[in-house]
Amino acid sequence: MQSIKRAALAATAVGALLAAPVMAQETPIAFTGATVHTMSGISGTGTIEDATMVIHHGEIVAVGATVDIPDGAEVRDASGMVIMPGIVDTHSHIGQVSGADSSAAIQPDVRALDSINVRDSSIARARSGGVTTANIMPGSGWLMSGQTFYMHLSEGNSIEDYAWMDEDGNIMGGMKMANGTNPLRESPAFPSTRARSAAMVRQHFVAAQEYCEGERSPRDIGMDAMCEVLDGSRLVHFHTHRSDDIMTALRLRREFGFDLLIQHGIESYQVAQEIAAEGIPVSAILVDSPGGKLEAANANIETAAALEQAGVFLSLHSDDNILDSRLMFRHAGLAVRGGMSRDGALRALTVNGAVQLGLDDRVGSLEPGKLADFIVLTGDPLSVYTNVAETWVMGELLFDASDPEDLLHATGGYGAGNPQMNTHVLEREAHMLEGAQ
Amino acid sequence: MNKLGKLIAAGFTAALLSTSAMAQDIAVRGAQVWTMGPAGVIENGVVVIEDGRITAVGSADTVTIPTGMAVLEAPVVTPGLIDAHSTVGLTGYLNQSDDQDQLDDSAPVQPQLRAVDAYNPHDRLVQWVRELGTTTLHTGHGPGALVSGQTMVVKTTGNTADAALVEDGTMVVANLGSWALDREGAPGTRAKQMSMLRQALVAAQNALDSEEGEGPRDLAQEAFVSVLRGERPLLVTAHRSQDIQSALRLADEFDIEVIIDGAADAHMMLDELREAGVSVILHPTMARNEGELENAAFTTAGLLAEAGIPFALQSGYEAYVPKTRVVLWEAGFAVGHGLSPEDALASVTIDAARVIGMEERIGSLEVGKDGDVAMFDGDPFEYTTHVTGVVIEGEQVSDTPR
Repeated sequence: MQSIKRAALAATAVGALLAAPVMAQETPIAFTGATVHTMSGISGTGTIEDATMVIHHGEIVAVGATVDIPDGAEVRDASGMVIMPGIVDTHSHIGQVSGADSSAAIQPDVRALDSINVRDSSIARARSGGVTTANIMPGSGWLMSGQTFYMHLSEGNSIEDYAWMDEDGNIMGGMKMANGTNPLRESPAFPSTRARSAAMVRQHFVAAQEYCEGERSPRDIGMDAMCEVLDGSRLVHFHTHRSDDIMTALRLRREFGFDLLIQHGIESYQVAQEIAAEGIPVSAILVDSPGGKLEAANANIETAAALEQAGVFLSLHSDDNILDSRLMFRHAGLAVRGGMSRDGALRALTVNGAVQLGLDDRVGSLEPGKLADFIVLTGDPLSVYTNVAETWVMGELLFDASDPEDLLHATGGYGAGNPQMNTHVLEREAHMLEGAQ
Repeated sequence: MNKLGKLIAAGFTAALLSTSAMAQDIAVRGAQVWTMGPAGVIENGVVVIEDGRITAVGSADTVTIPTGMAVLEAPVVTPGLIDAHSTVGLTGYLNQSDDQDQLDDSAPVQPQLRAVDAYNPHDRLVQWVRELGTTTLHTGHGPGALVSGQTMVVKTTGNTADAALVEDGTMVVANLGSWALDREGAPGTRAKQMSMLRQALVAAQNALDSEEGEGPRDLAQEAFVSVLRGERPLLVTAHRSQDIQSALRLADEFDIEVIIDGAADAHMMLDELREAGVSVILHPTMARNEGELENAAFTTAGLLAEAGIPFALQSGYEAYVPKTRVVLWEAGFAVGHGLSPEDALASVTIDAARVIGMEERIGSLEVGKDGDVAMFDGDPFEYTTHVTGVVIEGEQVSDTPR
């Protein structure tokens, strides 16, 4: 895999978005007899029964009911199985990620990619749950905690091996912001009220406008990142829960014109019409019960349905380790339990996340020319009786439930977990988790 | 779950046929009634509840519903679910310092603390789990102290703790391992934890052996004496293999009933647990496998069942979001990882009742038992199925699909 990604890196110079890894997967592979949820099109699951899907050189070559299997192809019988795109998790904290420190409330200069340990077992665990792309974020105890990292869950030794690259060869990611209670601290460098939070953010954006419209000198790496936020090339992932905080995020976007994705949105069901009216997408989380913190007092499993019915463009995320990455299908199942459509829930796991992260021309659906990032399931994705059998990334089988070593990641067991609580990223919330356990 | 599958295909729809009847008299019809008792699964079954107790269970062909009695219907009917270990009612849902009563850490050994003195029947999480089918909670103090107090069994209804109460002082709760260590004080090591526990039990043994009525009363010692007398078990929260071993050693040394709680490493100790003859209240299936639960596995419930070790599932204690788990969902996830649907339902009904010593009263739909019922619009364990109604002692306490 390492060599594949290196090749991909070299290829980015010619301008393709993560150009096809030419060295990979010399032999075409044909999956036959499966029910394939391609997720193509603008609605529905694009389902093809008894389908054949051919992959080659890490990309999808063909998918359909009447597909010719190339000569010399390895044929894998997938009868009775369900194939769908790999999950795009739009909010995760796997890989021991960290971001800003306690020195300031606004730190756009900090990059998640500089902190991630690609050998952390959480990545293999996420892959065993079907996650193939994830937005890895710093924590929410800051107004702006740093640049997020769009991870491609391949294999390798360096963070670059896991990076999504844009057409200029830049590592892709967004900007993490937060409001509500998490960034409030009794520290001079931090706000202690919501109004102060908004004022500090506003002041910073005004300064960024001056910097970005001026000579950009002397160079400031935090301001450089802010210019990407202002010119729309760096998406703002805005952690916000309470409905008034969500409205504040919308207000700041109107003032400064950045691209916005609402993250969590626990009370977004209360302002679904307002969110829809502004055309802002949401990356949502549904948890097992309300509370645990004041802002989650109104958590429920009907929120995803309410957003869908209001016409909000929606993905579902793990916020790993709030929800384990291996529980994403259950997450979609709970969304359906709460009234969301099955098609909508499956799109919220896959193509919608790819669109939100700007990766939908490469992943999110199973179509010729897209990367061979997909999962093979033992049955209905939304059934508790179904498990992930295989996870493929760029045509490579990276999770195989029939391999005991791989299965350990999927089921847990001796040596599969983390000896320490993975609370570092939750920062100010960590004491609550650690306090008891 | 073939039976359920067929049933769902039949497209049975839930209906509430409300008529005037006494509040605690109600009948529940199910296309399938999973009694969890000797009657097994009854197709097209009826449960008749009068004065809060079950008076008839059987096929609709044989059981006559008294005239005028309200009748509830659902595709699948099960006993009300039992959460074998929870902190709901003590850990308030807002998670603020003024609503967290699951742990007092002013002293490491406080068996005299009683859950009943802290239980808030109006906390929103009580309603939350009730609407998701839980009718009985074995609840009490959370982990974090060597001996944290006494648990209680409540129904998830009732205006006061006393009204909700089924049994006070069900178990004395201990916690071995890192959660209950105090590196600045005592116990500062695992060995010290065992030393302190043994010392406390020896002191109680001495009191028991001496002339009764001598000296001033000591509530803490009385609690330990009751454990030594076999009046209540010692529930030991122990995840790591060495902590489970310590708990088993303690049971052996003092000839007391120990129940292993949490037990993340149980899958590594199946023979030892079976030989010790202990029951296990297993951690939530989906518990984060970090820290003490590093080795936790989704498959442990299935392995315990296969090994013939009596066990129940629990919602456990959650320090953050979500503030509680739901045993129905934990059982469902275990079904997806090797536990049979029958065993999974047992782990949150009759087996849970046995582990907490309540099987004479709850846990199955049998004549004479409490009229506690959960209703579903399909396979109870599927994520997409709803709990359509809940009955506690003959009163419908939820009709909201959840």
